[in-house]
Amino acid sequence: MTSDYKKPIPVPQVESDQYWQKAKEKELWLRKCNACNQPYFYPRDISPCCFSRDTTWIQASGKATLFTYGIVQRAPHPGFVADVPFVTAIVELEEGPIMATNIVMEDPTPEKLQVGMALEVVFEDITDTIALPKFKPA
Amino acid sequence: MADLSRTVAIVGVAESDEIGRIEKSNLQLHAEAAYNALEDAGLKMKDINGLMTAGTSTINLGEYLGVQPMFTDTTAVGGSSFIIHIAHAMAAINAGYCDTILVTHGEAGRSARSRMGFNASDPGPQYETPYGFIGAPINYAMAARRYMHIYGDDFTRQGMAEVAVATRKWANLNPKAYMQAQDMSFDDYHDSRWISWPFHLFDCCLVTDAGGAYIITTAERARDLPKKPVYVLGAGEGHDHGILSQMPDLTRTWARNSGPAAMKMAGVTHDDIDLAMIYDSFTYTVLATLESLGFCGSGEAPDFVKDQRTAPGGNFAMNTSGGGLSYTHSGMYGMFLVLEAVRQLRGETGERQIDNPKLSLVHGTGGSLSSTGTVILGVD
Repeated sequence: MTSDYKKPIPVPQVESDQYWQKAKEKELWLRKCNACNQPYFYPRDISPCCFSRDTTWIQASGKATLFTYGIVQRAPHPGFVADVPFVTAIVELEEGPIMATNIVMEDPTPEKLQVGMALEVVFEDITDTIALPKFKPA
Repeated sequence: MADLSRTVAIVGVAESDEIGRIEKSNLQLHAEAAYNALEDAGLKMKDINGLMTAGTSTINLGEYLGVQPMFTDTTAVGGSSFIIHIAHAMAAINAGYCDTILVTHGEAGRSARSRMGFNASDPGPQYETPYGFIGAPINYAMAARRYMHIYGDDFTRQGMAEVAVATRKWANLNPKAYMQAQDMSFDDYHDSRWISWPFHLFDCCLVTDAGGAYIITTAERARDLPKKPVYVLGAGEGHDHGILSQMPDLTRTWARNSGPAAMKMAGVTHDDIDLAMIYDSFTYTVLATLESLGFCGSGEAPDFVKDQRTAPGGNFAMNTSGGGLSYTHSGMYGMFLVLEAVRQLRGETGERQIDNPKLSLVHGTGGSLSSTGTVILGVD
């Protein structure tokens, strides 16, 4: 939680306030469509699976598997210069939805990153109000 | 659907005065390309009554060019937009909105003095950008990694290398290509630095400054103009996600639908295609697209392109300009696929001219493998 944080910072929207508030409390929450009984990411009021208004919030377990990743060697933005190499990843949550994230790891290599490996959520405080859900090997 | 095949033709194509590394604004590049395309078509700006672009609004473009169009379309779905514009132009002309449409592109991808910011309320800036999902190389690399996981690391790597090396050989034959003077061996490919693993530098397209334009009119009018008409025989388009993490299948693009739609409308099959112009933002984009279009099955593209099959002298002519990988790539590259297809079909491409092509499939991909547009172009 530092004022010299130079990476892009998410701006919560009305429909995602709860997601970001819960993340600050180190909890990962998802929207779920009651009509399809299907959790989905990212949060929006009307479900993308069947366009139902019958939706709710659920807390995710924080368990996930690695779906795919890349190891970034060339910083795409000045805020990431000190981070390279770092891992961008797409993970599959235990509840089913897929989300973008980082894998927190020292000196990442393809050998250390196996598609399908078990992960668990961690939260990185980046401002007084925002924490980013990231993942580490379980 | 009404049969619109062969009702319209592309009658003029051009780049901006120069492409590569030049200090000009986006709209300057649009205007130069428009001027040159009108000249190529034998038309004047007063003949234009429809205007289309992506990247800026047509209201800015029309004002800058001095055009007051009766049909306007700023369909902007990434680099595929300029392929999709062909279909929209065909629809608009047949519906009677206008008869002659100018489509322009201009992007100072390398030299721009300012860049567009993010719209914070879009999903990307909330759920991807904070993690460094910024720019196409990082996003597409993750899709490629998924493909490698399913079909094999070395097998996929070899396919990516084949595409990079073959495309460079075409660029070596194109005087306008940014990399015309630079050879690339397989060792050069494998030794090039990492950008975002699994992508080497030579898996990634160029970043250049470039403008391009084409003009579409009725088939009837096209026959009275100086250049050989290049008819639009079929078209398809669409998208299945916006941000990468929402892509339904990282190894299959919407080409699986836009390709068959375009070929069905044109009444052609894969074997009829003389020239494939396939959006090559990355080597991987080509592999995923060839499979999605049905030129080969899932997991077969590395075999399909092996032994330099797509290089000059190979039996599958692809990206003969040198592509986004080695000719030019300003950011939204689709425009330049059209220019090369038209010139090849007219027989204007000099040393890289393929033997008497009649049919070209032109396929654009935009966003994070998000949108696609496919057209079939042909000459008599």
